[in-house]
Amino acid sequence: MFSLNEFWYLLVSVLFVGFIFLEGFDFGIGMVSRFLGRNDLERRAFINTIGPFWDANEVWLISAIGAMFAAFPNWYATLLSGSYVLFVLLLLSLIGRGVAFEFRGKVEKQAWKNAWDWVIFFGSLFPPLIFGILFSALMKGLPVESDMQMNAGFSDIVNLYTITGGVTLTMLCLWHGLIFATIRTMDNIRDRSRKVAMKLLPVNALLLLIFSGLTFFETDLFSNHSRLMLYTFFIGIFVYLLAGFFLTRKKDGWAFAMSGLILILSISSIFAGLFPTVLVSSINESYSLTIHNAASGNYSLKIMSYAAIALLPFVLGYQIWSYYVFRKRVDHKEHMEY
Amino acid sequence: MDTVILSRIQFASTTLFHFIFVPLSIGLVFLVAIMETMYVVKKDEQYKKMAKFWGHLFLINFAVGVVTGILQEFQFGMNWSEYSRFVGDVFGAPLAIEALLAFFMESTFLGLWIFGWDRLSKWLHCLCIWLVSLGTIFSAFFILTANSFMQHPVGMELNNGRLEMNDFFKLLTNGQLWVEFPHTILGSFATGAFFITGVSAVMLLKKKHLAFAKKSFQVAIIVGLVSGVGIALSGHEQAGYLVKTQPMKMAASEGLWENSGSPGAWTVTANIQPDEKKNTSEIKIPYLLSFLSYGKFSGSVPGMNELQEQYTAKYGEGNYIPPVRTTFWSFRIMAGLGGVLCALGIWGTHLLSRKKLQESKLFLRIMTIAIAFPFLGSSAGWIMTEIGRQPWVVFGYMKTEDAVSPGVTAGELLFSIVSFSFFYLILAVIMVFLFVKEIKKGPDHDHEEHTKVVSTDPFTKEGYNVFS
Repeated sequence: MFSLNEFWYLLVSVLFVGFIFLEGFDFGIGMVSRFLGRNDLERRAFINTIGPFWDANEVWLISAIGAMFAAFPNWYATLLSGSYVLFVLLLLSLIGRGVAFEFRGKVEKQAWKNAWDWVIFFGSLFPPLIFGILFSALMKGLPVESDMQMNAGFSDIVNLYTITGGVTLTMLCLWHGLIFATIRTMDNIRDRSRKVAMKLLPVNALLLLIFSGLTFFETDLFSNHSRLMLYTFFIGIFVYLLAGFFLTRKKDGWAFAMSGLILILSISSIFAGLFPTVLVSSINESYSLTIHNAASGNYSLKIMSYAAIALLPFVLGYQIWSYYVFRKRVDHKEHMEY
Repeated sequence: MDTVILSRIQFASTTLFHFIFVPLSIGLVFLVAIMETMYVVKKDEQYKKMAKFWGHLFLINFAVGVVTGILQEFQFGMNWSEYSRFVGDVFGAPLAIEALLAFFMESTFLGLWIFGWDRLSKWLHCLCIWLVSLGTIFSAFFILTANSFMQHPVGMELNNGRLEMNDFFKLLTNGQLWVEFPHTILGSFATGAFFITGVSAVMLLKKKHLAFAKKSFQVAIIVGLVSGVGIALSGHEQAGYLVKTQPMKMAASEGLWENSGSPGAWTVTANIQPDEKKNTSEIKIPYLLSFLSYGKFSGSVPGMNELQEQYTAKYGEGNYIPPVRTTFWSFRIMAGLGGVLCALGIWGTHLLSRKKLQESKLFLRIMTIAIAFPFLGSSAGWIMTEIGRQPWVVFGYMKTEDAVSPGVTAGELLFSIVSFSFFYLILAVIMVFLFVKEIKKGPDHDHEEHTKVVSTDPFTKEGYNVFS
């Protein structure tokens, strides 16, 4: 059986994986709408594909951070205070992005809309970049002291490895978003999205390979969980080839499932690879935060487990229902919300 | 500069800004839900128009409330890491449950409500907005559970150098929560109600959209009256609880240096001199302080000097007196505005029942200004609650100065204060601009446009069929 600490580590991981899978495509849409949409109507069509969903997708992040705070307060405290500037940038992006969707359509002026389109672009570009950097830094290790305080310098957080991780995650989200667009839009913008997604196939494959290679050399993941990491790596390659196959044959639904699976595999292998550590200390291995020394007490974890087990089925149920209600394609020849 | 002060500036400014939008969202969505229900029941198109128009303003407001709320969840870890470590075991749980129970509900059903006007049946669509409203109320409940814990810690013990939860039920039945929650929710309903009556009053004064404005006014003033009276009653309850659990805050909000003696007189105004620990030019009403604190006309309320001695004996050397002037005046602003709202609710209901609403220009003008009152009142209320608790962040257990992140530098804090303030300032300007624009457009503007999305179903198409 699971211990409560393991259960909560799993839950936090699932919430992060869910966040990247779901908001991954809406970040992707946010990045392409400005460029692939040739006129205002087409841009609105792109944004409308995620209209009813993006807000709930973002709650996956809020829940992940909330669960992290509740179940592993030391992880939460060390990571957030230690990578302060990165989180400020993340929050500024999310703030700008969130209001941009709501404000964009409220004034019928091109300059107004252009300005918000740029906010959406940067607001969708930065978060996956920042999370890619953060996840990579978690794996590589950060200067956590014996008292769990972390005084990370710029190069501890931003270096070749983490930048590669950031770029890879951003590109994967972009790709995932483009494929999402192929199942939610029609006609020419659908074809255009598919074409760009095809062009990204070799680029992303290369990035994924480079990042896996760097992970092999820069982190302990492959030595700690060698078999698991290798299996995931080969399954990943297989899924990626399938994605390419489905894309070329215009099986968009299946292609989307594969691009999602790639994201799920990447992020969950990060969390599985870290286990049972949550924050690797680059100073001394014994200073690392683990699912035990960073966690809340047993009683607290138990209470929250009850709450989570009672609530999650409903959350999943009505979210799936909302995707079902809005299952139809967005037609950009009609009027739209944004 | 001192990181404690900077962290406090950061927290105070971002929280107060966030709290401009929260009560309006909670109040507006509740009223929109009532309006849509009236539409579904009475089948009167006017109510649908109302739900859409006020719903539109709610959405603009909600967006800002949500994005400024995300920051709140992160800044405990970013700026107050020692606090997060010390109380995470207890404080984190309500926050996590808030996200799971409330945020998912709000965001999902709001999406369904915005885009679902012709996708869902009328009842189902109406249910969605009620679920959003319920979500906002749950959200308030759980965040106040966390806040009440800071005011009056229960359901935990000090273990391994931190507070550990041992009774979640006590956390949910915290007496502090049950005086704070009704007061806050009623204050939010009043904020929504007086916003709608205020904007309707502008329309009535300008003789625009008369039928629409009157009907909106009617629905809102009833909510305004009920919540206005409720605020006063629940506020009284809260004062009674305060004197038991946080007597120092009570004494500071009364500017009471020495014990009041029985019966205690209530100070209306005073010139407080914290350095000399005395007040000059006081105006007092006899008996009232005893009544406010104990619900009867006798009983002495302890003063700050005596409490300071008690606290020093209990918690060691230190200054346990909060900023008295701020606490004293924010309490008076809050209570005064609460009283005014109550009176306006009664006056408005009276005019409405006599069918003299449109004739009373004076009343309509006052109602326009009164839009600001609930905002000022609730901000003042929070200032009193949080400043009055100082120097404690968790009453009796942790001081604010010990709660900050030791590793965060003044430079980083300045960077974040400057960038968030800059962003928030822009947001505020845009908000006001958009509100005025939407209100000028009026309810007759076609809000239908965004829902007609005719399209085809991808699941029936070739997308999923691998072998076609």
